[in-house]
Amino acid sequence: MSSVFNPKVFTEIEEGYQKWDKKVKEVFASRAERLKRFSTVSDMEINRIYSPADSKDLDFGKDLGFPGDYPFTRGVQPTMYRGRLWTMRMFAGLGSARDTNERFHHLVKEGQTGLSTAFDMPTLMGYDTESPRSRGECGKCGVAIDTLKDMEDLFDGLPIDKITTSMTINPPASVLWAMYIAMAEKREIDRKLLGGTIQNDMLKEFIAQKTFMCPPEPSVRVITDTVEFGTTDVPRWNTISISGYHIREAGSTAVQELAFTLADGIAYTEKAIERGLNVDDFAPRFSFFFNSHLDFFEEVAKFRAARRMWARIMKERFKAKNPRSWWLRFHTQTAGCSLTAQQPYNNVVRTALEALAAVLGGTQSLHTNSLDEVLAIPTKEAATIALRTQQIIAEESGVANTIDPLGGSYFVEALTDRMEEEAFELIEKIDDMGGMLPAIERNFPQQEIADAAYHYQRQIDAQDKTVVGVNKYVTEEEIPVEVVEIDEELERLQIEKTRRIKEERDNAKVKDALEKLGDACSGDKNVMESLIEATNAYATLQEMCDVFRKVFGEYRDPGIY
Amino acid sequence: MGKGRRLRVMVAKPGLDGHDRGARIIARAFRDGGFEVVYTGLHQTPEEIVEAAIQEDVDMIGLSSLAGAHKYLFPRTVELLKERGADDIVVCGGGIIPDEDISLLKDAGIKEIFTPGTPLDAIVEWVRENVKPR
Repeated sequence: MSSVFNPKVFTEIEEGYQKWDKKVKEVFASRAERLKRFSTVSDMEINRIYSPADSKDLDFGKDLGFPGDYPFTRGVQPTMYRGRLWTMRMFAGLGSARDTNERFHHLVKEGQTGLSTAFDMPTLMGYDTESPRSRGECGKCGVAIDTLKDMEDLFDGLPIDKITTSMTINPPASVLWAMYIAMAEKREIDRKLLGGTIQNDMLKEFIAQKTFMCPPEPSVRVITDTVEFGTTDVPRWNTISISGYHIREAGSTAVQELAFTLADGIAYTEKAIERGLNVDDFAPRFSFFFNSHLDFFEEVAKFRAARRMWARIMKERFKAKNPRSWWLRFHTQTAGCSLTAQQPYNNVVRTALEALAAVLGGTQSLHTNSLDEVLAIPTKEAATIALRTQQIIAEESGVANTIDPLGGSYFVEALTDRMEEEAFELIEKIDDMGGMLPAIERNFPQQEIADAAYHYQRQIDAQDKTVVGVNKYVTEEEIPVEVVEIDEELERLQIEKTRRIKEERDNAKVKDALEKLGDACSGDKNVMESLIEATNAYATLQEMCDVFRKVFGEYRDPGIY
Repeated sequence: MGKGRRLRVMVAKPGLDGHDRGARIIARAFRDGGFEVVYTGLHQTPEEIVEAAIQEDVDMIGLSSLAGAHKYLFPRTVELLKERGADDIVVCGGGIIPDEDISLLKDAGIKEIFTPGTPLDAIVEWVRENVKPR
């Protein structure tokens, strides 16, 4: 036991608080307090003041410690930003592979230190551009990828042996990963050296992001294949980016984001252990992905609580021995849903505050949204401002001079404890249902999120929550912003490109590889090798995904609101 | 079907876009506003939406798109309604739609576009004023 606060101070605080509280009540007897309710964006009520008395049991060794020491509240690495800044990793993707390659080169030239790929809806859903379902969608919200050739064009001229790549892709994550590995090997880069992340988190798809292909059970089976393949073949790769970002974007509270994300992580861990893998072999390559939303301190507390909670879960629940298994390493994206279409330049400020919260929360990697995110795919100029935001925080603000600068703040420590407590309660509820898979089947997280989203919207409409430029400080004046337009010709050109590849490839090889893939799916052979084989034969994304769909079945949205 | 009956409104998600936070909130607001609501769920083709709209005998279709494919999907839906002789079904839309695209969509027959930040009550009121039972 190493209490942070001297117990003697609590009596003094209690006396002082009573006197202060009396004065405060006198002021508010004659003049109303500024708001009816002081709460976070998640509607968590916040006290007028915090003092050591709000963290009476805060134990230095058990709850705080040093960065790099269990339970990692203050940071996962001992040196944090003193050794190396967070990776500036701007999510980017638009139009064709060539268009996106150009954007990648621009962002690297302007100083980003990691790559992050946004795919278009057909790619995300496992369809080729020529599918009737893809009509009108090619390249609109990200890059169109149909074959290995597109992947080769996408990363042309980029040093993927030196820089890490994240790919935001879920149902066909295994396929895109196979394409990335195949592309790298064609450039004679050893897969053992490849560093990066595939999002590959289907549980949160069913809960929030809703890119679907196959039902939950087989989806998790394929994920477990990728986790296993990572341990044997691609050891530097983060095989899952266990995500809360989308859960938050769908309207959840911060506590729900935290709880559901970690509960998803628990589910993946259990499945991998069921497969026969040793937790210390795969857990070090689980990574996380959180939202950084508007309420500054709620977010900082959430990130700190997340680290402490995951460390405890890994060590106590799963008995992991490797300290790296206890580390919660995460990427953060500033909250897209917090940005407004009205007065778009205000979004630069919102993103800056959210980015700052992520940095003070100790994120390993960060994407900052562009001001035009609410209108269309970001322009080059808007994306550059977003990148500069990170660079200014890193180089000018001084916040990265010391590790966990907000540690010890009475407010932040009390809020961190509270977030942990409430999130663990929610995780326990999910455990009682049998875990995340049964909870999803019962629609539990989905309904929680829908309720929270509706509640928040009603608060905004009633002006209980302010959105500057939308329900307060509204101007009639139109503020024009340049918006990206994706060339409608692209769809036709992309379809042609893929058709030519299909004609020129060895179709017998493709047929054979797809059959092997089918066998792997039907049996218990790891799908990754057959995917790499099919990819190298220039099978298309949809051809490979159709095999998944045939064997595993398709999942349709139940349409609950 | 008499004039006094409740309005039947459809909230639909055309295309591959999976962003359904707004659509689901609006569906709830319509339900709270006293309309009969049909929510299609995600990943509907324009053909599926029009078929369902006719089957369910709705008075209005609200299309939601946040992934940039509205320029094809919204007009296509209106076109199909015309082909099926059901173009008395009012079509409106919302989502991530730049201002530049709004006149294009209106020219194609979409009656109104609700962009981010529009209060729910404003949308419900608009429906009450602009959509009548067929």
